Amino acid sequence: MAGYKPVAIQTYPLLGEKITQDTLYWNNYKTPVQIKEFGAVSKVDFSSQPPYNYAVTASSRIHIYGRYSQEPIKTFSRFKDTAYCATFRQDGRLLVAGSEDGGVQLFDISGRAPLRQFEGHTKAVHTVDFTADKYHVVSGADDYTVKLWDIPNAKEILTFKEHSDYVRCGCASKLNPDLFITGSYDHTVKMFDARTNKSVLSVEHGQPVESVLLFPSGGLLVSAGGRYVKVWDMLKGGQLLVSLKNHHKTVTCLCLSSSGQRLLSGSLDRKVKVYSTTSYKVVHSFDYAASILSLALAHEDETIVVGMTNGILSVKHRKSEAKKESLPRRRRPAYRTFIKGKNYTKQRDDILINRPTKKHLELYDRDLKHFRISKALDRVLEPTCAIKTPEITVSIIKELNRRGVLANALAGRDEKEISRVLNFLIRNLSQPRFAPVLINAAEIIIDIYLPVIGQSPVVDKKFLLLQGLVEKEIDYQRELLETLGMMDMLFATMRGKEGTSVLEHTSDGFPENKKIES
Amino acid sequence: MVEEENIRVVRCGGSELNFRRAVFSADSKYIFCVSGDFVKVYSTATEECVHILHGHRNLVTGIQLNPNNHLQLYSCSLDGTIKLWDYIDGILIKTFIVGCKLHALFTVAQAEDSVFVTVNKEKPDIFQLVSVKLPKSSSQEVEAKELSIVLDYINQSPKCIAFGNEGVYVAAVRDFYLSVYFFKKKTTSRFTLSSSRNKKHAKNNFTCVACHPKEDCIASGHMDGKIRLWRNFYDEKKYTYTCLHWHHDMVMDLAFSVTGSSLLSGGRESVLVEWRDATEKNKEFLPRLGATIEHISVSPAGDLFCTSHSDNKIMIIHRNLEASAVIQGLVKDRSIFTGLMIDPRTKALVLNGKPGHLQFYSLQSDKQLYNLDIMQQEYINDYGLIQIELTKAAFGCFGNWLATVEQRQEKETELELQMKLWMYSKKTQGFILNTKIHMPHEDCITALCFCNAEKSEQPTLVTASKDGYFKVWILTDDSDIYKKAVGWTCDFVGSYHKYQATNCCFSEDGSLLAVSFEEIVTLWDSETWELKCTFCQRAGKIRHLCFGRLTCSKYLLGATENGILSCWNLLSCALEWSAKLNVRVMEPDPNSENIAAISQPSVGSDLFVFKPSEPRPLYIQKGISREEVQWGVFVPRDVPESFTSEAYQWLNRSQFYFLTKSQSLLTFSTKSPEEKLTPTSKQLLAEESLPTTPFYFILGKHRQQQDEKLNETSENELVQLPLTENIPAISELLHTPAHVLPSAVFLCSMFVNSLLLSKETKSTEEIPKDVDMEEEKESENSDEENDFTEKIQDTNNTDLGEDVIHQLSKSEEKELRKFRKIDYSWIAAL
Repeated sequence: MAGYKPVAIQTYPLLGEKITQDTLYWNNYKTPVQIKEFGAVSKVDFSSQPPYNYAVTASSRIHIYGRYSQEPIKTFSRFKDTAYCATFRQDGRLLVAGSEDGGVQLFDISGRAPLRQFEGHTKAVHTVDFTADKYHVVSGADDYTVKLWDIPNAKEILTFKEHSDYVRCGCASKLNPDLFITGSYDHTVKMFDARTNKSVLSVEHGQPVESVLLFPSGGLLVSAGGRYVKVWDMLKGGQLLVSLKNHHKTVTCLCLSSSGQRLLSGSLDRKVKVYSTTSYKVVHSFDYAASILSLALAHEDETIVVGMTNGILSVKHRKSEAKKESLPRRRRPAYRTFIKGKNYTKQRDDILINRPTKKHLELYDRDLKHFRISKALDRVLEPTCAIKTPEITVSIIKELNRRGVLANALAGRDEKEISRVLNFLIRNLSQPRFAPVLINAAEIIIDIYLPVIGQSPVVDKKFLLLQGLVEKEIDYQRELLETLGMMDMLFATMRGKEGTSVLEHTSDGFPENKKIES
Repeated sequence: MVEEENIRVVRCGGSELNFRRAVFSADSKYIFCVSGDFVKVYSTATEECVHILHGHRNLVTGIQLNPNNHLQLYSCSLDGTIKLWDYIDGILIKTFIVGCKLHALFTVAQAEDSVFVTVNKEKPDIFQLVSVKLPKSSSQEVEAKELSIVLDYINQSPKCIAFGNEGVYVAAVRDFYLSVYFFKKKTTSRFTLSSSRNKKHAKNNFTCVACHPKEDCIASGHMDGKIRLWRNFYDEKKYTYTCLHWHHDMVMDLAFSVTGSSLLSGGRESVLVEWRDATEKNKEFLPRLGATIEHISVSPAGDLFCTSHSDNKIMIIHRNLEASAVIQGLVKDRSIFTGLMIDPRTKALVLNGKPGHLQFYSLQSDKQLYNLDIMQQEYINDYGLIQIELTKAAFGCFGNWLATVEQRQEKETELELQMKLWMYSKKTQGFILNTKIHMPHEDCITALCFCNAEKSEQPTLVTASKDGYFKVWILTDDSDIYKKAVGWTCDFVGSYHKYQATNCCFSEDGSLLAVSFEEIVTLWDSETWELKCTFCQRAGKIRHLCFGRLTCSKYLLGATENGILSCWNLLSCALEWSAKLNVRVMEPDPNSENIAAISQPSVGSDLFVFKPSEPRPLYIQKGISREEVQWGVFVPRDVPESFTSEAYQWLNRSQFYFLTKSQSLLTFSTKSPEEKLTPTSKQLLAEESLPTTPFYFILGKHRQQQDEKLNETSENELVQLPLTENIPAISELLHTPAHVLPSAVFLCSMFVNSLLLSKETKSTEEIPKDVDMEEEKESENSDEENDFTEKIQDTNNTDLGEDVIHQLSKSEEKELRKFRKIDYSWIAAL
């Protein structure tokens, strides 16, 4: 004695990408804003303080952009040669950058001329970063050295000469002021401690390291180089946790989402991949027009900025949810309405009568429940339903057929209504998943409306269209069968050569359409 | 030892509950219904069967409350007796022997010493309503031969007769006329409707009749769905009737409420309609009752209605049209496609149930456990509609998976096929839909089997189809980072020269798969899906296929349509033996090597039980049933029997059930299963003050006993009566860890015995002695333990059968013996 059972809507596997929480989240961005820079964009860095400006390093200039402006709000252009790796300090007030000539320059955001210049590297400085105590700068250069600088007196404190090739990437720990890591083209990633004068940890990446990243907790280290992204467990002394090979070309940049749940990697294959940091599976991926060199995410993932080799900066802003809020909020019943009577305890003489809970039914189900079959069919033939979700329409037609009332539901329609049915048939008849149900319906329609054919030119045209469609489909099926026969012959000859092959090929019988004579 | 009785075929449970109208007791606490040769008493609150009233030797055809004493019940049967029962205690009070077949029973409060029955005297189709005077006599069996005819030429069905207005008149309908007999005037009036000559009134036939309890009004139901309310029928000319029409099919039954304010009707639509004030406008519905309403009855107190349905179900409905309880028997409404299966978890019999459902039926308690909705679609109850049928089902992996196939074939070319795989969820204790496969094959699926090998790491399912392929489905991991999931996918598709695949079967260890393609049996390696070997006997299509088990696992058996049973040896790949036997049903016993085959020569069915290794059958019984046997199944026994006779040993560990074409479930037994069925719920009587739950009876009775005992001890301190807490058996039972205890079934009788107060001092003295002696003996030579167990059983007559002991492991045996020793020690303290 159950209630009405709603019609089972046949579900079909969705073609293309699966819709998951992640795809929804990462697709919820506006169309990208493209900004042309002077050269390849080698570095994008967001300030961690509001208003979350970002510094873009391209060629010999550093541009600072605001959140919504497409014009730079500030430019640092006093570099003789290419600038590298403009990085904000944690408080967003200072900016440090390396350059091709081996200099490291420190700028005040409000000023124009460099505050400090650290001289000492003999070759291009590709990586610079502030340490966690804000008073030191780490730099790595093509002269194989890593240097630690003191900001107040612009002096070199330490030099590490452990790398045997260009040092191209690095980052400082956000927790410990003395720890920082660098990655080099000698395939190693090394962790240095400023309290000692040598590296405390070294991991072998296997490819020239292009980018390194420390997790906020400092427990995990991510290195990118070649086609690989590798995650290392620092607390286990640099044990390899997982090695990811999801790109076709060299991975150039890494970035963490603001929640720390997702890791993003950009590559020369023009793709950005999003990984889950719990399972290290790719959950989403973006495509870009050119090879990606740099990648950064704003606070709360509000903006994705990607810099490419062709000098284009692509900026994507998250769609604001302000629209929904702007709608006048309907006044909801107060909380006490919901709990009204819920905490009443039954007294001795009371008779408890439960109100039956109402199950939500779709409109077509409501019609079917009351045996309003024509109305149910009309409802699912509405253009919104018939075009968007043809499987619902087909399921209802199937259900009507199961109830033995399909002919009744299709009969007695005027020109407009019958042409709506025919339109649906023309659109979906050739789809194999719907064909068995719709062919049956088409036969019934032809049987019903055969006597009145020729009375309406609109309907006649539709019938002719349907006939053409069926003929085309039959030709197509014949061709397919021919191909199948050819393939069978090929398989047969192959089997003869192999001798004992038990591989049975599956001929997933193509749904054979029956000719509909109209 | 169990005395060797002859094994005979007995009907086992699942008898019809919907044969006649159910009857409520005066206080609406019980409901009575006829069920085969018995009358069953159910509690309306708990749906439990409280009593089974045995005594009739043929089909019970009618029951009525005794109008003079509402604690008594009359029943009549085809064996020609009317019996009077005390239904509270389940005691037969009196038997009135009438001497001819009784087809229906009616009682009227005004006619104190007589009841009305329907009999047929001469011709088979002519029935008479007669009044039987029940003589007052103190003896148990009384002859009641004083019959007086009231109405002649009436319908057999009790629905077509109704007593109205406190027994002033009786109305009977048949074909196109209504006859009313007035008791005072002793006259009969007859009202005829226009008959079938007129096409419009072709379906005017009367189907049922009911009388208003207070007024002079008769309601009659008709074939075309109309209900007519007849008034002024005292005058054959001035009579009037009004029509109520809602049903679109035949009205199956009608009933007036106790006050007469509303009329209930039901039919094939399975909607209960309540007509208020006998008008067409005021009607209430209770829809979706599941199956055709066969009978409607109203409780004398007026608070409950009940409907009997064609799917062997009684539904108890509140006055406000809310279903409150369902008493469900074995559904037998429809043909069985799935065959008989055993759910490995519940040991319930599983077969087609309600449309689109699979029913789980407990053979032990003769009760439906639950219905699993496979189709999950609204059932449209209409004549001539092609329904989706649940055609195949199989359990796999020790009850963890269930595969079902449903199909609907409207025309030759249009086949809808769907396979569903259900996973047992421990959380919800039920099956949950896991995978739905649309059109798994191009044509009907002929066989379905799981690989049930213990070591198989991956659940595997094989389907064979008429389209010439068999497909192997495996469970694969379908999980991603968002959720963990498993799903079934097709792993392999095999065929053999495009012959139709008819059967498939896995060997016991799961290493081989046998698939029969019409006349040919193919063997496939389940690891690589390589074709290993083929057997062909050229003796017709293979109808059944099964592997031998245990020691006979090297044999493969096949039965063909042309009546040849073949046995192949898998080691030599040669035919071992073949026999000419037209096998209808072939079932292997899961607990032994035995295989049961039921053959159908020309008439009747014969049973052969054999081992594949021995061509001589172990047991043959001819003529087990007059009809064709459709399905059979071995059910593992909870408690092994111990038949010593060689011929019956095959029944020791499993019981064989089979279903005939008329859907009666039969089995082999030495005693009738109804005898074995102790009404465990006997205690579950609905008592006045307390809510009746099983806990109440365990704890409440316990408490009562305790109180009584305490009182007694305080009164007379000389007599020391044991408190229940001090009984060692109980304390032992409660304090021993549950995992070392034997099954509750073994301990129950002991536990109950220990709670009883022994009155026969003699016997109590003897027993401790015996026990002591045995103890001594045991300590002397423990090697002869087996001999001892028998001796112990010989000496004390506990309820534990020795057959139980035989099958227990030694540790369990010791445990049991320990209990037995302790059991009586408190008596010694007396």
